[in-house]
Amino acid sequence: MMESHEATDPGVHVADPPEFAVDALSDALLAGAEMSEVPALAPPNAYEQMPVVVRDLTVAYHRKPVLWDVDCDIEKGRIIGIIGPNGAGKSTLLKAILDLVPKASGRILIYGKRYRRQRRLVGYVPQRETVDWDFPVNALDVVTMGRYGVIGWCRPVTRKHRQAALAAMDRVGMADYARRQISQLSGGQQQRVFLARALVQDADIYFMDEPFAGVDAATEKAIIKLLQEFRENGKTVVVIHHDLQTVRDYFDNLILLNMRVVAAGATRDVFTEENLHRTYGGRLTLLDEAVQAIARRDDSRL
Amino acid sequence: MKRVVAYSLVALTTPLVFGGVGHHGSITDTSIALPSMEEIIRLVTLRDYNTRVVVIGTMVLGLAAGIVGTFMLLRKRSLMGDAISHATLPGIGLAFIAMTATGGNGKSLPILLLGGFLSGLVGMLCILFIRKYTRIKEDAALGVVLGVFFGLGAALLGVIQKMNTGHAAGLESFIYGKTASMLAADAKLIAIVATAVVVICALLYKEFALLCFDQNFSAAQGWPVLALDIVMMIMVVVVTVTGLQAVGLILIIALLIIPPAAARFWSDDLLKILVLSGVIGAASGLIGSALSALTPRLPAGAIIVLVAAGFFAASMVFGTARGLLLRCCRNLALSRTVGRQHLLRALYEWHETNTPTEAPTHDRTITHGMAIDELLGHRSWSAFRLRRVLARAFADEVITLTGADHFRLTERGMAEARRIVRNHRLWELYLITHADVAPGKVDRDADQIEHILGTVMVEKLERVLQSRTPHLAMPSSPHAL
Repeated sequence: MMESHEATDPGVHVADPPEFAVDALSDALLAGAEMSEVPALAPPNAYEQMPVVVRDLTVAYHRKPVLWDVDCDIEKGRIIGIIGPNGAGKSTLLKAILDLVPKASGRILIYGKRYRRQRRLVGYVPQRETVDWDFPVNALDVVTMGRYGVIGWCRPVTRKHRQAALAAMDRVGMADYARRQISQLSGGQQQRVFLARALVQDADIYFMDEPFAGVDAATEKAIIKLLQEFRENGKTVVVIHHDLQTVRDYFDNLILLNMRVVAAGATRDVFTEENLHRTYGGRLTLLDEAVQAIARRDDSRL
Repeated sequence: MKRVVAYSLVALTTPLVFGGVGHHGSITDTSIALPSMEEIIRLVTLRDYNTRVVVIGTMVLGLAAGIVGTFMLLRKRSLMGDAISHATLPGIGLAFIAMTATGGNGKSLPILLLGGFLSGLVGMLCILFIRKYTRIKEDAALGVVLGVFFGLGAALLGVIQKMNTGHAAGLESFIYGKTASMLAADAKLIAIVATAVVVICALLYKEFALLCFDQNFSAAQGWPVLALDIVMMIMVVVVTVTGLQAVGLILIIALLIIPPAAARFWSDDLLKILVLSGVIGAASGLIGSALSALTPRLPAGAIIVLVAAGFFAASMVFGTARGLLLRCCRNLALSRTVGRQHLLRALYEWHETNTPTEAPTHDRTITHGMAIDELLGHRSWSAFRLRRVLARAFADEVITLTGADHFRLTERGMAEARRIVRNHRLWELYLITHADVAPGKVDRDADQIEHILGTVMVEKLERVLQSRTPHLAMPSSPHAL
């Protein structure tokens, strides 16, 4: 796996300043690659047991790379955190898995099949800020949206679906707010509504984009309790997270992301100061490493 | 069907609308005569076949525009409708030229509208293309398409004027609208379009709602976002094109935006907004076209839009969900409550300090009451405001006059004041105990919150402070009064 990682990495030249000689950079990348703690990846015959398998994923917005050659496996029945600095491509990784952004290259499989064939297995909680909370619907309407896929084209929402939505709202402690207009909800309550909406999707794998951002302590506790319930039922939860303080408590596994996977694995193994430094230390760590490696080589020549 | 009625600006069409009665304008007559009573009665009773056609056609158009416009507004694509409507002009010009060149009737309305529809569609695709494949932002893309297409259309109209066919006059009515030129067949076309729009919106109600609210979630759930967007936009193009004749391409956008924007003031429920928006659009079309029938020299589109604007203004002021009047009333009610509660607390605390040994009750020995000057110094309210607060409290019988400018609480006032003061002190204690606020500062913090403490909050406070305050007892003030 390491070899293939390095083989495709020189694509980074797109973003390179011209003064870097190509050979110097590829040397540097070879040196830098050994720092990457990419874990042993599942062999192709095990893909069907894996909730999510990502191979060679590259995503670019207007030719500017956002994700570079990302490989990762997401294991069943775990709570997996994705951490990394702003602009590291965390949301983009989720969106790529959910087919919301076009891939420049790579493959993503949900239990061995493409996402479009496995939609029913996947629940999604987008970032709270991505929607207009002034939209003229009430909380129950939003939660019911989680059932639209099951309801299907042109059919109206029936009582059965509303009841399922109410039950989900009850589970997140929002049953009393079902008829409340969504603009009147607090940030934490809005997040709970989003969670309830994912809950009625009755999925096997959940993707959550910063569910803990801007919520009150009670909501944070409620969310983590729900995630643990998911895990007990054998479900898999992938969560983008910002608060490094709580990483150890919340997540079984961790993916440290900064345009590429800096490290991935069990939280106790990869949540180290060194990895964090590599993930957060500078936006273009790869380029920094390259510069350092070139400097080292020049030093050794003297 | 023979279309003798040209889209000309001369009075040729007017006699048809009014059955030749009541209006005898000539080409040079530019005065805007007030309609006679007879005309008004004929209009209101819809006695003329042509008036009926025009009014009902425009009304149905308004209904369709209001419904499509609601989704467009919620999708934040309102201005796209504007660009699309301007993009119809070159199509109309080209259709006219093509028809004349092939020896046909250049003013065949279905062909002109088809041309407009196609170029509107091209305009829409241009916007989608520019947005997707260039780094130009949406607003700039809209501006480019609107400007280029409208410029092209204006140039084509100029060319048409120079052509020797001589019947070009009247194409301008597509720009500003001319309801009077509407025929029964046109009204039928509008009715068909409106029915289709209503049926599609009803069938795709939940799909459109989800798309407008949360595009990413909709796409992740597998809904074809682009296709739904295109269906929505095609509906906009179709409504725009059928509305060209009545409202004109510059102002049709207003009929798409104003009704839903007005409806938003009345409700927080999407379904209600949709219905209401359709009703407001229909009413604007109805009233506007009727008025424009009375004043044939004013552009019909402008009148219809002005009527819609009237609905908007009324909704903005009187709307029951977010109207300005409602907000003012709420603010006023809150500020009255706050004033009254401040007054009651001031009087209660005055009672308290004047009967220091035991819990203050409605003590008959205190007869002189609190002086207004004392009250005035109690907090920073103007004499004017204080007198109004006092007057209202007096009218509500929570305070009573004990002499010239001296007040004290009545039995009822005392009960209410006890509750207010208790809430205030509970909150102060809570801040001191749990938020580490200095006792000297809690008064002002508590001041803000005490007016909005609900019973649930008070119960929670009581539980939190149980050890410090026995149930229902009045805690003493944690700071000097």
